[in-house]
Amino acid sequence: MSAEAQTSVAAATHAAGDAALAGVRWALARDLKLAFRSRAELGVQLLFYVIVVTLFPLATTPERNLLATMGPGVLWVAALLASLLSLPRLFATDHADGTLEQIALSPYPLEALVSGKIAAHWLTTGLPVVLLAPLLGQQYYMDGESLTVLAAGLLIGTPILSLLGAIGAALTLGLRGGGGLLALLILPLYVPVLIFGAGAVDATRAGLGATANLSLLGAGLALAVVGAPFAAAAAVRIALD
Amino acid sequence: MLEAQNLAARRGYAELFSGMGFRVKSGDALVVTGPNGTGKTTLLRMLAGLSAPAEGEIRWNGHPVRPFSAELRNVVAYAGHLPSLKDELTTEENLAALVELSGASASAAEIDRALDSVALSHRRALPARVLSAGQRRRIGLARLILSRRPLWILDEPVTALDAAGAALLARMVHDHLDRGGIAVAATHQSLGLEPARVQSLVLGETVPA
Repeated sequence: MSAEAQTSVAAATHAAGDAALAGVRWALARDLKLAFRSRAELGVQLLFYVIVVTLFPLATTPERNLLATMGPGVLWVAALLASLLSLPRLFATDHADGTLEQIALSPYPLEALVSGKIAAHWLTTGLPVVLLAPLLGQQYYMDGESLTVLAAGLLIGTPILSLLGAIGAALTLGLRGGGGLLALLILPLYVPVLIFGAGAVDATRAGLGATANLSLLGAGLALAVVGAPFAAAAAVRIALD
Repeated sequence: MLEAQNLAARRGYAELFSGMGFRVKSGDALVVTGPNGTGKTTLLRMLAGLSAPAEGEIRWNGHPVRPFSAELRNVVAYAGHLPSLKDELTTEENLAALVELSGASASAAEIDRALDSVALSHRRALPARVLSAGQRRRIGLARLILSRRPLWILDEPVTALDAAGAALLARMVHDHLDRGGIAVAATHQSLGLEPARVQSLVLGETVPA
């Protein structure tokens, strides 16, 4: 390849990268602004998470050891439910007001725009769940090390929930009763995240160390970051056709 | 130049149209009319690259274009039935976001001027929630001006606009054609264009081949 051709290929790759970045930035900035303007809705989701986590000690037992065993699982299941509660709105509002058509017709790559929307979803719904977890874990008499591992697991795992959830949200676009279908579609996919996330805390308590579980979560995250935006973008195009 | 050859559309098992073809050159407009349910919106969505024709081919400047292809995404400005506005954002923010999404860059002054030209500058800081249907349409008109695309696809653009708004739209389309642009509009109201520049396509009757 001649030097000129190489430069032009490099320039084209550079331009494509710029467009992708601009797309991610547009979607992220806009969705964060929208989320901030309707922050009451986010508060409702977070409160739901807090209440679900709080119900279990009230309904079961005040016994320390039992609660400490149950805690990680309960916090993880509540995180899944909280994520599921907010997912239907990820694309549905844009679909209903026609913005999704403009997004799909934008010169920015649709995958980049979808990635930006997913990032905004995680920042507004996943990150607060991660930050609240150590506090809520206190109700379950979890020790410091367990709480750290729980928060680390949620930090790696909740982005996977947003990424996989986006595929389900895009696939159920425009369906009546899409929310229920979304849960059926996505909850089975969440199972590995749940197993490794809650398993990391169990392993720490058993003295085995959380590295293996957290590494597997990390691998899952890497896979989801690369694959999910493409799958979700393809589903959006199908929904518009 | 926008061309269509042998286009066919189906909704479920029902055939909306088939064997449709036309050629619109730079500076011309195609006005699509026909009774409800004959496929006007379907045709416009195909031309915008939002849905695939059941049969046939669409070409832009001689090259076949597929739905969601990069060639189309860089030339089309599509204004459908839905206003694409966010209730939580102000008039100004909505317009700026849509223009940026279309890949165009517009300075604050240009956005001001565009809002001025659609008579919305006194509503710039109001959330879109409180705007009337006609005012929402006008934001869409301002977007058309600022996105600077050669191919405008307008689905019932006069809906909800008052007389002044309809005149403004007609003037915009006229200027757009003068600049060498192409407009495809599904409308039953006249856009006031010179007959020489307008091709008309009537759906639901014998379709011109």
